[in-house]
Amino acid sequence: MTQAIHIDNEDWLSGIRSFLATVMDKTGIDAMLVPTRLAVKNRIMPMLVSDPARLAQADPLSPAFPVNGAKQLARLTRLPAGGKLAAVLRPCEIRAFNELVKLNQGKRDDVVIVGIDCPGALSNTDFRAFADRHETIDAATQAFCATAFSGGPVDEAAAFTSACRACNHPTPDGADIAVELFGTDPTHGLTARARTEMGEAVLAGLDLPPAEAVLPQRKTALTETLDRRRQYRKQMFASVAGATDTIRGLSAYLADCVNCYNCRAACPVCYCTTCVFTTDTFRHEPFQYLQWARRKGGVKMPTDTLFFHLTRMAHMSTACVGCGQCTNACPNDIPLSDLFSLVGHHTQEAFGYVAGLDLSQRPPMCGFEKEEYGEVVGI
Amino acid sequence: MDNFEPAIIAFVCNWCTYTAADLAGTSRLAYPRNIRLIRVMCTGMVDPQYVIKAFLEGADGVLISGCHPGDCHYINGNYKARRRVKLLKEILPRFGIDSRRLRLTWIGASDGIQFAGIMNDLVARTRELGPMLPDLQMVI
Repeated sequence: MTQAIHIDNEDWLSGIRSFLATVMDKTGIDAMLVPTRLAVKNRIMPMLVSDPARLAQADPLSPAFPVNGAKQLARLTRLPAGGKLAAVLRPCEIRAFNELVKLNQGKRDDVVIVGIDCPGALSNTDFRAFADRHETIDAATQAFCATAFSGGPVDEAAAFTSACRACNHPTPDGADIAVELFGTDPTHGLTARARTEMGEAVLAGLDLPPAEAVLPQRKTALTETLDRRRQYRKQMFASVAGATDTIRGLSAYLADCVNCYNCRAACPVCYCTTCVFTTDTFRHEPFQYLQWARRKGGVKMPTDTLFFHLTRMAHMSTACVGCGQCTNACPNDIPLSDLFSLVGHHTQEAFGYVAGLDLSQRPPMCGFEKEEYGEVVGI
Repeated sequence: MDNFEPAIIAFVCNWCTYTAADLAGTSRLAYPRNIRLIRVMCTGMVDPQYVIKAFLEGADGVLISGCHPGDCHYINGNYKARRRVKLLKEILPRFGIDSRRLRLTWIGASDGIQFAGIMNDLVARTRELGPMLPDLQMVI
């Protein structure tokens, strides 16, 4: 069985493109979901590619992260698609997809997941500025890759999102095939390692040379990256917890919210097709608003802002993978992901659960034991 | 503060705690008027959002009360409620809502006397905690 292979190309981008094209060709993949350059503009979006020639525009190494691809992959796998699929995802997209699979919103059986080491991503605004500073999107990606994986303190310079700086799972552990980039030099090619039996079967069929053992530089780079992120995460958690430890504080944190619900739309694990907040339940009778206003002396409109965010925490925080798309989607720059990942960290810890890592671990709200949590019962 | 009367919203299940409340009433047992009962078919249908809404609307305490473990009319709704209460007790205190303001109890259909006793106890304890949001205006 082939555990890992080496892809030797002049640069990572062409290496990964030829690797993906080989996988598509040799494994009989009908379509591949992969971040790809748009034909009309220097922008990157997930694209379902069926023509291998289109993989020449694929760019899974770019720091663009316009949407969490888990939601798109769930669209493709919730029912049999009538073809063999592959998907190239970031580690947080794989974790979000795993959560969706556990919630019966998608299936892993018919899709080969290629995961790539992730040094972090830029917000949509930052990415547009970054891309526009370069002649081509390939040049932008090359410039990014030159420093991003070295393990040095590039996080500040490249303005990674807060969610990425606080991310403690930068490697695609849940992928079928993991592409390893941390600690390697772009001129030395890249390594693809099988993580599952499906991944082994795919790699075995590619007819590519085996890889060397894991480089010591990789371990060093990963340790450094994780140390830095743990430190940032700790500080970020402390500052958010301090700012929101009262209802007044939380209200101030969310003061710029206009109830657009973009955070919910962008959230990969908010999967309800009809969210209660967009139903008639919240189309209150006019007299209700008047009553609230009379009781409080005045009521902010739109109403129910705090209610929306607290309910969302109750509904999805145990599945939060900390991808940061809520912050990315907020039109008013509220650091939602910092707040939600803090709450998610604590709710997941309370149930001994980690979102997205272990497919066999049931989501906390999908089960119960007869004897548990006796401490919450009683007056 | 001396004349603070807490408002407590109680979600009680149709089969056990509501029946116990009914029994308390027909037995002419008094319990404080601070409790506002909301009858639900099962504690397993109490979405966390109901509890959150109650607090944001100014409830000083929220009670969820259903059948004893093993007695649920729908087999296991009360076990699900227990997990949701555990979840809420993890979230709400982070934002300054005291964990003791949210209670979960099991009161069986024949426990009329216990029902009245527990309600008295609950009101006394919630009174000690003081008003939940003295300034409701700040909630947005």
